Amino acid sequence: MSTDPTVEAEVASPEAPLPSWGPWRTGLAILRRDLFVTGREFPIFLAQVILQPLFLLFVFGKVLTELGYAQADYQQVLFPGLVALAAVLTGLQSTALPLVIEFSYSNEIEDRLLAPLPVGAVAVEKVVFAAMRGFVAGAVMFPIGIWILGSVPWRASTGVAVVVMMVLGSLLGAAMGLILGTYVPPNRINVTFALVLTPLIFTGSSQYPWPSLGHIRWFQVVSALNPMTYVSEGLRGLMAPQVPHISTGICFVVAVGYLLVLMVVGMYGFNRRALS
Amino acid sequence: MATGWNERVPDRPGAAPPRDGGSLAVEVHGLVKRYPKAPTDSLAGVSFDVHRGEVFGFLGPNGAGKSTTIGILTTRIRPTGGRAVVAGVDVVADPVGARRVLGVVPQQNNLDRSLSVRQNLLFHASYHGIPRARRNRLADALLGQFGLADRPGGRPDDFSGGQIQRMMIARALMHAPSVLFLDEPSTGLDPAARLFLWEKVAELKAAGTTVVITTHDMDEAAELSDRVAIIDHGVLLALDTPAHLVRGMRSDRTLDCTIEPGPTGDAASLGLDLGGLVGVRMVDQLEEPAGSAWRFRIEVEGEAAPFVAPVAQLVHDAGARLTDVRLGEPNLEDVFIHLTGRALR
Repeated sequence: MSTDPTVEAEVASPEAPLPSWGPWRTGLAILRRDLFVTGREFPIFLAQVILQPLFLLFVFGKVLTELGYAQADYQQVLFPGLVALAAVLTGLQSTALPLVIEFSYSNEIEDRLLAPLPVGAVAVEKVVFAAMRGFVAGAVMFPIGIWILGSVPWRASTGVAVVVMMVLGSLLGAAMGLILGTYVPPNRINVTFALVLTPLIFTGSSQYPWPSLGHIRWFQVVSALNPMTYVSEGLRGLMAPQVPHISTGICFVVAVGYLLVLMVVGMYGFNRRALS
Repeated sequence: MATGWNERVPDRPGAAPPRDGGSLAVEVHGLVKRYPKAPTDSLAGVSFDVHRGEVFGFLGPNGAGKSTTIGILTTRIRPTGGRAVVAGVDVVADPVGARRVLGVVPQQNNLDRSLSVRQNLLFHASYHGIPRARRNRLADALLGQFGLADRPGGRPDDFSGGQIQRMMIARALMHAPSVLFLDEPSTGLDPAARLFLWEKVAELKAAGTTVVITTHDMDEAAELSDRVAIIDHGVLLALDTPAHLVRGMRSDRTLDCTIEPGPTGDAASLGLDLGGLVGVRMVDQLEEPAGSAWRFRIEVEGEAAPFVAPVAQLVHDAGARLTDVRLGEPNLEDVFIHLTGRALR
């Protein structure tokens, strides 16, 4: 046990003054906690996020094209779509599952809800952190793509826009996860994941270019409702503009619009769970 | 534990002045809470004050409104009406400010399972803006005081209920709260862990921390609290020191007498004689399973002790011998039953 008198004074005195401290610094401290925990398990995190896109890339981009069932330029369609898929899905899973667990079983989130910052800021931190994970998941697709496919579509001139679109996609996924994590009761989360994730994966235009769906009209409409479509199409337009794609400007506008709506709904759900 | 909180109080180098400058740690005025779709109010206009440095007990059965009150005071539940102030900060108008000055030890384990014991303390302090060097020193000191210093790197899941409880208290103390809220702290603890907890609460009080504690355990409320509020159905029924609450009970002061009968004695007639003493309310003959002795419980008005001599005299006159007298004082449980018409558990 320490015998340092200053320690004893600090511990014994409930009124010891604290340095001035803004809520945003508390938010950063909470983000630091999340980064600390993920950083410690970074290889596990990578394996978790890489595996599904890796197999999709390998089977659709490599196996099918080498066997001649898909054309070689399908890789141009698929790769930007899989970057979008990895970013959105990882963002989603990084908010939805932890929130369900923390609100229902572990109550772990309470210590952060009782920290000196607005309750909504805790939700924003969750989304920001999940988006960071989503972005990493999207970014690691590039070295994997180069490894499996030999090369990936990339134009230096649109690099910054690609990064911005990936950030948007990660945030979109995280915001969807915020909604799932706060509205779905814990006993339904398995069912919900099955019912939400699969359609989300296969209607997000990640494996096909949306404008080519003209002859399957209903599917084109369904895909247009999926926020991920605008991330896939946006990245496709930026990375492989020769593939038919929705105009990049429209993609940015719709993605931002979706993000705002999803965040408002998600924040409402979060506040409802955090305060009664 | 070699060093306790109370032992170091005298050499506290001039404690900083209270942040709000007042003598009240908690002020509650007309607090009302109705949950959506609920037919009645969970809190129906509760008002009370908690003094600075006091241990304040909140006693009531499950569903009485204790947790709702604590929830409002700790900013997790929004009141439907009324006002609540903790350490000078209005919890509704400034919840962020309130969270700076209050500490919460919840009923259920909410420790961060991804972090070690020590990291739980350190990150909590970082949320509250305690500088790194200071939080390291504080964490080591608190881990020592709460008997957790031997496994600072262990994960919360590997510890017992009592140890979890200690970790949560240590964590709550990391940001030196003015008011510490303990929600049903001894539920599920074994007797030793409960005693340790009581000891720590006493030390906190000695160090000047205001403690608000909810419990449905009468002994705990009586042992720990300077004052006790009894709450049921969202209404505050009584608020006083445990001693005053008990003294307010007019009846139920008892003498339990064991009597060895004489050769000619008759229990029924002795019972009648005892009942005839001035100030005796009721005499019950209790069953005495072993032996031939008689046992009477005598309920009296006022203090029980003055009745010992007259009772002994009557017993002697009846040719019997008084072998044992036990004076029964009413306890908080009796107060509670008197106020609510039902037992706590």
